[in-house]
Amino acid sequence: MVRLTDADSVGLVEPRVAHFDQPFTLQCRETLPRFDLTYETYGELNADKSNAVLVCHALSGDHHAAGYHAPEDAKPGWWDVCIGPGKPIDTSKFCVIALNNLGGCNGSTGPRTIDPDTGEPYGANFPTVTVKDWVKSQAMLADTLGIDRFAGVVGGSLGGMQALQWAIDLPDRIEHALVIAGAAKLSAQNIAFNEIARQAIQSDPEFHDGRYYQADAVPRRGLMLARMVGHVTYLSDDSMGVRFGRELKSGDIESGQDVQFQVESYLHYQGTSFSERFDANTYLLMTRALDYFDPALEFDGDLVRALRDVTAKFLVLSFSSDWRFPPARSDEIVDALIEARKDVVSATIEAPNGHDSFLLPNARYFDVLGGYLDAVARSRG
Amino acid sequence: MRPDLDIIAALINPGARVLDLGCGGGELLHHLAREKRVNGYGVEKDPEQISACVRAGVNVIEHDLDAGLGRFPDSSFDMVVMTETLQAVAAPGDLIDEMLRIGEECVVTFPNFGHWRCRLQLATQGRMPVASHLPHQWHDTPNIHLCTFRDFERLVTDKGLPMIERFVVDGHYQVRRGISRFANLIGTIAFYRLGRARSG
Repeated sequence: MVRLTDADSVGLVEPRVAHFDQPFTLQCRETLPRFDLTYETYGELNADKSNAVLVCHALSGDHHAAGYHAPEDAKPGWWDVCIGPGKPIDTSKFCVIALNNLGGCNGSTGPRTIDPDTGEPYGANFPTVTVKDWVKSQAMLADTLGIDRFAGVVGGSLGGMQALQWAIDLPDRIEHALVIAGAAKLSAQNIAFNEIARQAIQSDPEFHDGRYYQADAVPRRGLMLARMVGHVTYLSDDSMGVRFGRELKSGDIESGQDVQFQVESYLHYQGTSFSERFDANTYLLMTRALDYFDPALEFDGDLVRALRDVTAKFLVLSFSSDWRFPPARSDEIVDALIEARKDVVSATIEAPNGHDSFLLPNARYFDVLGGYLDAVARSRG
Repeated sequence: MRPDLDIIAALINPGARVLDLGCGGGELLHHLAREKRVNGYGVEKDPEQISACVRAGVNVIEHDLDAGLGRFPDSSFDMVVMTETLQAVAAPGDLIDEMLRIGEECVVTFPNFGHWRCRLQLATQGRMPVASHLPHQWHDTPNIHLCTFRDFERLVTDKGLPMIERFVVDGHYQVRRGISRFANLIGTIAFYRLGRARSG
């Protein structure tokens, strides 16, 4: 049901594309001769351009964070619950910028883009992209919009990691880093889940070593499996129990005929719809960016040293039932910030929905996130 | 500001690193940041108080003191403060040890169970005392480790901790004549500033 007329919706929005006709050298030392970033903005940039908030997306997100592209859209942008007039990221106070990251599959340059050197899609040859590369390219987007300094950089999960990297890499260009359901680096278990997802995609016969565009194929099965395993890690045992329990969609267990549990049907649906909208090479690229993220690495693994030149103030939020990036992982960031003598607010939100909690409405979550940003807006006058 | 926080603020050096355990709405830290350029962090578990800190722009860490303070490294703060929280934690003695592991010094305040009103209520009515500084009924109180000033000082002595300063005040946070001499009888709240046990 479209709620375009809701007072707290940003309403109809239109993506824009920023073209960068200059070479961009990535952390892996490969160079893209040029690139595009697709983005959306919500709210008005003030006269001195000091009220900009950058929203960074997670693994499968894009630039469409809030509002609707058309009145008939079934769903708004992926973080619409948080972005809008009067919402926690209040577009009556802030100008919100959301983009599709480099390497994405929804308008920005990525594996589907034609490589000017070969005349074919980059495919699996698209260079390795890191969170650092994203921060650098996001800063170039800010330049084109005339934004010297973000009032805040905010994101959940992989998006929160970008906020952390922003504070480290560009301390003069960020006032507040809002890291939600994030981590300073992935654990072995996190990497393991990502590798299962990658193997699912790469072992699909339709993957064709990443050249599936040329083969006119789509590794749907692999993407579906990747999404299914990912999705399970985003939920909690409790929330799945409440939502599906052992309820059957069809068949009956006594006869053992055509048994399908509700949870199976749900995962099939999630996996299938994902495989229809998302690019497999982008999924591989994004999961690798997650796995390689470790801002402390260039400081001998010492996160406190990595944070030494940070000037941004931090909000670090985690969710009680999140086992993908549990509260203890956020605490690692918080403790390093305290040791580095940086300003930080941290809260653990009691929420039943696992890692996905950062995308769902929750009174306390919104109170802390909105309260923090409200204080940011007030301090700027 | 709450009068007790004024007393504590006076004990803290400008520019100090301060950890405030059970920081409430962050009043003390807000004051210290503004007046003394203090790099401070509050520790709090109550969501409403945390929200108040967030809105006041005070650094606050959501953390339950009963989960221990292991996350804070040795000597990472100049001063660790805990106002009227000692009586509500599971292991007050261990917490004092932890405060002095993390901080060079600590300030602890708590309500006096040895106040004459408390003694009188127990003696004459045979009931658990309820007073302005101890407003809860026995069955509905966060205070699980109430003690008298004398009890606390015994603990400090047993631990061999130097007592750098002690302030005793009445229910209006005023220092009255004779209050120091008859502290355990007429004092309502005490502020203890403690240092680390001298080793060797």
